[in-house]
Amino acid sequence: MAPSDHRPASLIPGGAVFPHRHLTGIEGLQPHEITFLLDEAENWVEANRRHAKPDKRLDGLTQINAFFENSTRTLLSFEIAGKRLGADVVNMHAAQSSVKKGETLIDTAQTLNAMRADVIVIRHMSSGAVRLIADKVDCPVLNAGDGRHEHPTQALLDALAIRRRRGSVAGQRVVICGDILHSRVARSNILALTALAADVRVCAPSTLMPPAMDRMFVTPFTDFDQAITDADVVMMLRVQNERMDGGYIPSSREFRLRYGLTPERLARIPDALVMHPGPMNRGVEIDSAVADGAQSAITEQVEMGVAVRMACLDVLTRRARGVEGWA
Amino acid sequence: MSRLAFTNARLVCPVGGVRQGTLLVEGDRILGTADEAPADSISINCNGRTLAPALVDLGVFRIDRAAFRAGGIARVALMPDTVPVLDEPGIVQRSALIGKPDLWIHPIAAATRGLAGTDLAEMAICASAGARAVGTGRGWIADSAVMRRVLLYARDLDLAVVAHAEDGGLSRGAVATEGETATRLGLPAAPALAEVLAVARDLLLAEETGARLHLRQVTTAAAFELIRAAKRRGVQVTCGITPGHLHLSDLAMSDFRTFAHLSPPLRDEADRQAAREAVRDGTVDVICSGHDPRGAEDKRLPFADAAPGMAGAETLLPLALALVRDGLVGLDRLFALLALNPARLLNVDAGTLAPGMPADLILFDEGAPWRIEAERLVASAGNTPFDGLPVQGRVLRLWKGGREIGAPAA
Repeated sequence: MAPSDHRPASLIPGGAVFPHRHLTGIEGLQPHEITFLLDEAENWVEANRRHAKPDKRLDGLTQINAFFENSTRTLLSFEIAGKRLGADVVNMHAAQSSVKKGETLIDTAQTLNAMRADVIVIRHMSSGAVRLIADKVDCPVLNAGDGRHEHPTQALLDALAIRRRRGSVAGQRVVICGDILHSRVARSNILALTALAADVRVCAPSTLMPPAMDRMFVTPFTDFDQAITDADVVMMLRVQNERMDGGYIPSSREFRLRYGLTPERLARIPDALVMHPGPMNRGVEIDSAVADGAQSAITEQVEMGVAVRMACLDVLTRRARGVEGWA
Repeated sequence: MSRLAFTNARLVCPVGGVRQGTLLVEGDRILGTADEAPADSISINCNGRTLAPALVDLGVFRIDRAAFRAGGIARVALMPDTVPVLDEPGIVQRSALIGKPDLWIHPIAAATRGLAGTDLAEMAICASAGARAVGTGRGWIADSAVMRRVLLYARDLDLAVVAHAEDGGLSRGAVATEGETATRLGLPAAPALAEVLAVARDLLLAEETGARLHLRQVTTAAAFELIRAAKRRGVQVTCGITPGHLHLSDLAMSDFRTFAHLSPPLRDEADRQAAREAVRDGTVDVICSGHDPRGAEDKRLPFADAAPGMAGAETLLPLALALVRDGLVGLDRLFALLALNPARLLNVDAGTLAPGMPADLILFDEGAPWRIEAERLVASAGNTPFDGLPVQGRVLRLWKGGREIGAPAA
């Protein structure tokens, strides 16, 4: 295994290898910085699998998960990641916060800051909200999804899953299919996978395809059968039910007809890896036989999620913790 | 009656052109030009600086005296989107009077009741209370039958209809123009076509009804093309633009800078170039500030949640002077765009240095360099997308009706 994207970045001592204070998106990250985070995460995958003795390197640090938009799996993943590293993890849900009482986002950010959090994980329904908060607080901020903009840890975990299964991201033909227009997962994955030199195709009906895809160095398709020809990885996105009742797509069964990843379609690409960020609409964008089949990496994605988030929490707090070479 | 003589001035008049000389003012009116100051007059030495008609700003959202004074603006047309909406004679009359004598406010009354786009507002009553035009405000009238009746009714009253042209369906929820920037930022976006469609409909309705239509902000190449063609056919249409769309493209939204959240949204570079060409070839009639100061409570929000608009009054003249330096327009034509054309649209006698005109004058230093700094603007809020930009041109003094108004900030 000698993939070109697997540079020995982690051998470079100190913080120069990852000079960012926050992780607000994949945009702005250099390929070697992405690779560095993946390398770091790789260590945690092995540690987690061994049920290794807990590494409490974030002991005494407070991690606030501020989720302004509902989430189950991402929140859980960040909570487990923080706890495995020994951080004191506090979850703030918008439903039970003063946000509902009209407090502005900036006020909320300043409140979180005043509570002396050591790292803040934020999910918000508006694009750019996380960067806005990051500018106002003293501690590292991790983007857990902002509007349609970015979801960087999802892209990192997807890249890690691909790298582990396929040996490399570079040169892999990855098809991302579904609601590209409204998807932050698609944006972050496009940025991360193209940075790591994958050949990325995006596939959606034109009603759910954003313009200027060529400017993001991916190839757009409207025909799923064409898109998956010779694919190495097929990444299905969730399509919100409210977009399949005539607004963007006539019906969910019509979506399945044109874009559903069925066993018949998958039979054409028997070596391809199947991915889905979850939660799945089984029987719509992906059939159960495919989701649970041998080609599926879906549960592995969840596993990678914890490792990637552990790596991000560790790396971003290194300066505050005074890790040698990072302070 | 007091007589003023502005000596040693570079006089700029959209009708009379640019020349050196002395301008005489008697009372609140311009008397004419002279070679030297008459003995019985009070002489004001302009030291070779430029003396021009004070600006007439067609379409501001907030009355912001300090900003208008600093920007050399003596008259503003107030948009109807106030609270409460300008659709009642009492409110219109109050708006028309509160600025005097320093600032003359020409209200644009709501064309439909409550700006709801359904029922005609009392245009004639509002006009008698001081309204100088009627308008659709920030929004578009989606119902073509209503827009047609607005145009017909306003034509009877010889009132221009000041319209915002963005198709409501296409632009619903959008905060940006479709394109690479919006895609990268993940912002809800509408195609530039939203403007073109709206302009096309309103032009056809104006042509059919014979009404006077002013499209307050036109920002796309295709819409300018439609307007050019309509003007050739004799449609009574005029159009305007703000410096934002002449100097910035949608790239200015990168990094989610909410000060660059405008309505209509910033366009791509090709449309920006088309807008500059439309200024050059005379398609654009009016350059306005769209002054809409917004504080942190409206702007320190995620991009899509922030209110659109920019504080533009103080920066209108320097940003417009950049068009002269870029060779798009001459100085005299610039003052047609900034003063004479908007005055004509409002049926107001102003905007030239002709004898008998109100002595609304600005003295400015065309070359004075300064840097736009959001924090240092005198406007009630500093939400300018031009923060940090070095510009040239500064208003030195302002007269309204022959009376000097304050002293603009140095």
